[in-house]
Amino acid sequence: MERTTLDLWVGMFVVAGVAALVFLAMKVGNLGTYNMSNTYEVHAYFSNVGGLKVKASIKDAGVLVGRVAAINLDTNRYEANVVMHIDKRYQFPKDTFANILTSGLLGEQYIGLMPGGDTEMLKNGDQIKQTQSAMVLEDLISKFMFSKAAEPAATK
Amino acid sequence: MNVIDTIRGIGHRIINAVWRIGVAARFFFLTIIYSGNSFRRFQLIVRELFSSGVMSLIIIVVAGLFVGMVLGLQGYETLKRYGSESALGVMVALGLVRELGPVMAALLFASRAGSAMTAEIGLMKATEQISAMEMMAVNPIARIVAPRFWAGVISMPLLAALFSAVGIFGGYLVGVVQIGVDEGSFWSQMQAAVDFREDVLNGVIKSLVFGTVVTLIALFEGFDAPPTAEGVSGATTRTVVTSSLAILMLDFVLTAIMFRGA
Repeated sequence: MERTTLDLWVGMFVVAGVAALVFLAMKVGNLGTYNMSNTYEVHAYFSNVGGLKVKASIKDAGVLVGRVAAINLDTNRYEANVVMHIDKRYQFPKDTFANILTSGLLGEQYIGLMPGGDTEMLKNGDQIKQTQSAMVLEDLISKFMFSKAAEPAATK
Repeated sequence: MNVIDTIRGIGHRIINAVWRIGVAARFFFLTIIYSGNSFRRFQLIVRELFSSGVMSLIIIVVAGLFVGMVLGLQGYETLKRYGSESALGVMVALGLVRELGPVMAALLFASRAGSAMTAEIGLMKATEQISAMEMMAVNPIARIVAPRFWAGVISMPLLAALFSAVGIFGGYLVGVVQIGVDEGSFWSQMQAAVDFREDVLNGVIKSLVFGTVVTLIALFEGFDAPPTAEGVSGATTRTVVTSSLAILMLDFVLTAIMFRGA
């Protein structure tokens, strides 16, 4: 087949377009940053997940170790069941503590793991027993108000 | 008497519009059916890719750069008030990848390449080249319309991706290089917020839809144009107006479907 300069231009156009797509996927999007192929699954019950969303990050000591895979309500105990996918490179003891924390004052919520001292490690499908729910602003305020209201009564 | 004439005029216009939609649907169907031939002669598509895709490159790149720069500037001014300048990258990237990239690229494509397609086909019809083809037992839809249609559908997502990429670079130039937003947080927050499937792929789907619609409108208007100088100029205008409106309306519908849950 004959090759023309026109082919060259069209080739350059297609290459530039595909390069732009790859740039969007790798550098702008998250395709290059986290690879969820090598993970194990653990789950935990929280009495309140607050604003936690699917794909929220799971961190230990501030390092990203996994992502929240699913959140659903368990109607047997009326608690939120949070399924987490954790990178296989990071192993955690059985008595690890899972807290729902907030990054910054109004930032997004994530799960912070606090490793315990157990010698046995969490396996695929295990449950994290100790959890702490999300801080709900209304609860905090009402706690504060009640303690304030109780104070003068105690001094009198 | 006058009232009845007015009503009759309105009815005539509505029936005419519905009629044209029906013909356009048949035209689309025929284009799809006869496009097998044009894939066998890929050289035809390549030639149209050159005239619609490559020739639109400069306007897309320049427009993308400036839109990104404006987004960077305006976004910085607004985000500064809330002390969250580091989210500038997120704002620029999401705005471009989800909305502005596909929509602006499609609008530019409609006025740059779509109008040219309509004028070309309309003039072919006016100079009786199309009847000549039919005379020679060459199917004009397979020979003229289908290659242009596929060239439009192929080049639109590429142009939209280029627009977004160049726009993000423009936002980077203004935000990071000129104003001095932290480079690390610009990119890392962007990567954390932009999801490949949710945002980038949905943008590609949007631009595919826009490419199909814009090219189809342009080709149909050209094919349907009255074979006079006035007819061709009117058809060219209609191409730009109709496809711009179609892009903006479809964008609303697609956004409502794609991003409502997010």
